[in-house]
Amino acid sequence: MRAWIRTSTSAFSQVPLLGWLFGALIAVALEHLVGTPLALALGLPKIPVLFGFVIMLKKPILIPSAILYVLCIYVVPIGVTTRLSISRTNRLAAELFRSPIVISVAVHLALLYAILHMWAGINDYRLLVLKLTLIAIMVTLSLNVINGYMGEFSCSHPGFMALGAYGASVFTVVLFVDDRLFGAAILPPALGPFMFPIALILGGLVASLGALAVAIPSFRTRGDYLAIISLAFMFIVKSLIENLEFVRGPRGLSGQPDWANLPTVFLWTVICVWIINNFVRCTMGKALNAVRDNEMAAEAMTVNTRRTKIVAFLFSAFWAGVAGGLFAHVLGYVNPGTFGIQKLAEVLAMVYFGGLNSVYGAVVGAVSISLLGEVLRPLEIFKWIIIPLLLILVMIFRPTGLIAFKELNVTNLVKPKQNPDEEM
Amino acid sequence: MTFFFQNLVNALQWGSFYALVAVGYSMVYSILMLFNFAHGDIFMVGAYIGFGVSTALIALASSGAVVMPNWLILVLTILFSMFLTSFVGMIVERVGYRPLRDAPRASAAITGLMIGIILQTSTLALLGARRISFPSLIETTTYNVGGVFVTNKKIMIVLVSLLLALALHQFVRRTKWGMAMRAMAFDYATVPLMGVPLNTMVAVTFAIGSALAAAAGILFGVAYPVLDPYMGILIGWKAFVAAILGGRGSVMGATLAGFLLGFTEIFVVMIFPSTLRDLIAYSIILLILTFRPHGFFGEPYSARLRL
Repeated sequence: MRAWIRTSTSAFSQVPLLGWLFGALIAVALEHLVGTPLALALGLPKIPVLFGFVIMLKKPILIPSAILYVLCIYVVPIGVTTRLSISRTNRLAAELFRSPIVISVAVHLALLYAILHMWAGINDYRLLVLKLTLIAIMVTLSLNVINGYMGEFSCSHPGFMALGAYGASVFTVVLFVDDRLFGAAILPPALGPFMFPIALILGGLVASLGALAVAIPSFRTRGDYLAIISLAFMFIVKSLIENLEFVRGPRGLSGQPDWANLPTVFLWTVICVWIINNFVRCTMGKALNAVRDNEMAAEAMTVNTRRTKIVAFLFSAFWAGVAGGLFAHVLGYVNPGTFGIQKLAEVLAMVYFGGLNSVYGAVVGAVSISLLGEVLRPLEIFKWIIIPLLLILVMIFRPTGLIAFKELNVTNLVKPKQNPDEEM
Repeated sequence: MTFFFQNLVNALQWGSFYALVAVGYSMVYSILMLFNFAHGDIFMVGAYIGFGVSTALIALASSGAVVMPNWLILVLTILFSMFLTSFVGMIVERVGYRPLRDAPRASAAITGLMIGIILQTSTLALLGARRISFPSLIETTTYNVGGVFVTNKKIMIVLVSLLLALALHQFVRRTKWGMAMRAMAFDYATVPLMGVPLNTMVAVTFAIGSALAAAAGILFGVAYPVLDPYMGILIGWKAFVAAILGGRGSVMGATLAGFLLGFTEIFVVMIFPSTLRDLIAYSIILLILTFRPHGFFGEPYSARLRL
């Protein structure tokens, strides 16, 4: 058995990322073509939404057909195509690798987008889950800058998200929507989608401005006191919005235009991952690690700790704000109650589950916790026993998270895994 | 002026919940240097255990097997629930904190948060979403002292919490166990080498903190007789704020800061609309911590802590 596993994994170890993407593309294309008839033939009411897990928990009698469906649509096609096309995809990857890295990455991202687009095209629920997962990736990454790279325990990210969400929403609703609260649209709505990035950036800037309230006390204090300051900040933001009557207070703000479609969210997530990945690997990012490990030594080594802290907080808050803006426009409704302790626990869970100080970890944590949350939905309340239990186990056995302290190296990721000249 | 005194009485009552819960945070912090984020939910569990114990005792008394006046039932409820809840605290420590003692502190904070969620959810799953009303054990008698209305419940709550805080203070100052705790707060690394059992001390600390939280939970149930599984969130986080405000690891500081927080909240509501309560209370805390980053009784960047 073990030998069999070893041979089968070594057979796939030479598949480049390009090969996996091709395989996944084939799988989702297959689902588009034969998904519905196959699901009906297997006795499933419709195409299983999240890899059959939801339906398995809902109706245990359908477990075999759900497993069969996942095997037929995902596992077998991906396995077969990647295995068969191993030399071809490696050659293609090598070809791309010789051209500038930008082109290679662009091709990979285009493929990834195509896969996600087709996967989410099956139904609206998948689309919503996908968008929220992408937004969760952004928030987790931005929190990882503070909690992982800088080593502070910041609890303020729901507050930053709220500021971003309200900043962006007020901008779009005032300018482009005929609203009972703010009156008629000032600019023609056709202009809107082009102004949407401006709205998001504005939301991010509002969040950054708010982050000053946490960043300035962080000069004098660390650890627990900073945690409580950031926590107080979160409560203040929530309470402030609840008391602002011009954004309808606790009833929430609705009517955001529907501009946060999948391409937009995907693009912003990619930009966010790219910029944060560059940020944490540049001199400033290394200064964050220095501040975390020993602030005094860092100061002695000419790191400007104040500047580092303030930049890290503003930068992190900016991305949390952008994510908040997207969140508001995906749902078309925000209320201050969303950005409370519950959200905080969720985001912290994502960061610490995935792993500190690592872009990989943030992505893995965000994707797994948000998918887990959706998959376990049929269990209703017991979901909130299983997820925390899982997290406790992760903390006990890997206290810094699953994939901590690992850098995202794009070159390594896209390079061919097999030299095309020395084929088998 | 009577209006002011009336609010003073209310603030004393409200502050005593914060104070009792904050002491638990502070004691654990002084030894382990980490905050037990599940403490607010232990408070909630304590209130539920108190509900169970008092219901059982009332049933016992009404069946005629034992003759007990209501005040005795209340005293027994408080004592029994403190005893039972201390085991909850010890289990939480054993499951969530002991395996992580050498891990980064943030990881322990996450386990604490998650244990809190598990406690809430299990209570919800076991007892359902309906709100449970705490049995009223003592009749409310209202005294009119110069226009200020004082109920016997309020007097009892403030007295019991002050009594417990005082007892804890004496325990920490006078007994051998208390001395071991103070020593451990002073130097976590060396004291176990002197023959003080670390695991036992930590367990005892959790037990005492949880027992106090249970007492607070029952008093809360006496004052506001509706229990729900999420009641620990509100009190717990605010008491956590009070514990930090008092200075980490200082029992006296935590008690005072708990009362101070109660006063702040009540007096904010007295002057401003009540929706502004959290906003102003937290803004004051933010200001205090910005200008005095180590709280009232804490010491900045120091291993030496008071208990």
